[in-house]
Amino acid sequence: MSCIDIIADYGLRSIGIGERLLPRSDFTLCHQFTLIGSGMIWNIYFGIVALVSGFVLATAVAVGKAARSAWVRKPSEWFIFVFRGSPLFIQFFFAYFLFLSLKQSVPIFAPFTAAWLGALVVLFLNTAAYSGEIFYGALQSIPKGDVEAADAYGMVGWTRFRRVIWPTMLRLAWPAYTNEAIFLFHATTLVYFSGFPAWQQRGDALYYASYFADKTFNPFVPYPILAGYFIVLTLIVVGIFGLINRKLNRHLPQNSRQKIRLRPNLIR
Amino acid sequence: MFDFCTDPDSLETFRWMACYLTTGKHMGFYQSFATVLILLAVTAPVALSFGFGGAMAARSRIAPLSWFGKGYIAIVRGVPDIAFFLFFVIALDQLIEWARHKVICPDWTDPIRQGNDFVVCSAAKMPLGTAPQWIHEMYGFAIAVITFSIVFGAFAANVLFGAMRAVPKAQLETAAAYGMNDRQTFWRILVPQMWVYALPGLGNLWMVLIKATPLLFLLGIEDIVYWARELGGTKTERFTDYPHGDWRMWYFLALLVFYLAFTRVSEMALDKLMRKLTHGQATTGGEAQRRVEA
Repeated sequence: MSCIDIIADYGLRSIGIGERLLPRSDFTLCHQFTLIGSGMIWNIYFGIVALVSGFVLATAVAVGKAARSAWVRKPSEWFIFVFRGSPLFIQFFFAYFLFLSLKQSVPIFAPFTAAWLGALVVLFLNTAAYSGEIFYGALQSIPKGDVEAADAYGMVGWTRFRRVIWPTMLRLAWPAYTNEAIFLFHATTLVYFSGFPAWQQRGDALYYASYFADKTFNPFVPYPILAGYFIVLTLIVVGIFGLINRKLNRHLPQNSRQKIRLRPNLIR
Repeated sequence: MFDFCTDPDSLETFRWMACYLTTGKHMGFYQSFATVLILLAVTAPVALSFGFGGAMAARSRIAPLSWFGKGYIAIVRGVPDIAFFLFFVIALDQLIEWARHKVICPDWTDPIRQGNDFVVCSAAKMPLGTAPQWIHEMYGFAIAVITFSIVFGAFAANVLFGAMRAVPKAQLETAAAYGMNDRQTFWRILVPQMWVYALPGLGNLWMVLIKATPLLFLLGIEDIVYWARELGGTKTERFTDYPHGDWRMWYFLALLVFYLAFTRVSEMALDKLMRKLTHGQATTGGEAQRRVEA
């Protein structure tokens, strides 16, 4: 069996297209590369959807936390505290069992017990809380002069927010937000290791990597492959976010632009 | 536990709960909270010393040592942490068994990696197949502690490396002007001053470490996650005096609250420590404190 055949059989295995059974013996390097790469589809799916949807909620939460009214501020503060103060691992477990018991009484919740939706909801709320805190910090450090200038132009309310406050907030928050995005992609590896089961062995990259490590008693091949895939993914994320950063900073002189600095981050 | 617990079927809700929450298995559950705390208490200093060693190596003038230190710091960037946890545990276990195999059974001729199997002579097994249960548990726990320490040591090394560079250069030059050699400058000038710069990063790391403890479950330790799943699952009357439905949701809610409380308390303690350390410092924080007092 050549490597092309293996890719044809297992390339889309993680989303249920191709060979049904996982290989059980005679694992070649090609098997490992293909299946772990196939699992990356899930990591990318979780990462992108959670990031995009979380971005919207994060902006709302940040504005809420900065609000003067306690009725808006307190819920936002609590939301951020709950999701940043507890391990994502436990949040996954709790959400899974919560959806399981909700399913018994309200059948609508049935799809939430599957990883593609249930875990996505958790990741969405989690990244919204972390990014919300980052955006809140940026909101607090918007230069006073910018806001005063907007006032002087007669901008109020929504116009002022959309044209002055929000872009400045994004510009200030962007380096930290880039790290949050990388961090979120790494966190997607937790999905199949907590509550949510992998249906028909359709798992993410780490799921397949640990499958191979279990079967071959050899962690020295699958995990470095996984690491390689993630380093590539991280570089792509950094590249895209760097382009957006350039765009956000385009009106500033070269030397006062903010550079993105990678900060290693661990488990949330 | 209580003497009215002899016949659980006849009890009303409150007493039933009191009995239920004090069964032997629940005591195991409570003990596993201690496991988490012990893990934190052991890992934190060990990881800090790994980090200190890594930062020192990265600063070294000897090129290979500096590469090693920088490589160690860089290793955790770009790769999901959880992969390290899964990797190191098997890798360490195999490394120890392989080393023991080489020493104890030198005349063993079969290859250790036979296809998909990892085979060492039975005398080199770690721990020995005949060892009592608690040794197996201790060994698993020790491997977990080492894994946590290696991974968090890299992060601590990164923080400390940055903190060492943040100490004003003039301080080190003054030390050199007083005739101190490199070693004296490092221990007498650099190390005492770097902690203020390191504390925010280390505090952050501590919070992350707390939130990483549920990963013990992945390493096969009977930790709080294990017990919550075990105890929460549906119990029928055939196997227990306390039958109940699927309560795992409530058990994990309890864990969630435990972690929230823990991080909150840590946050407050770290704030207090930071306030104490910045007191009288020539930084914006110290300046703000002075102005409030004045």
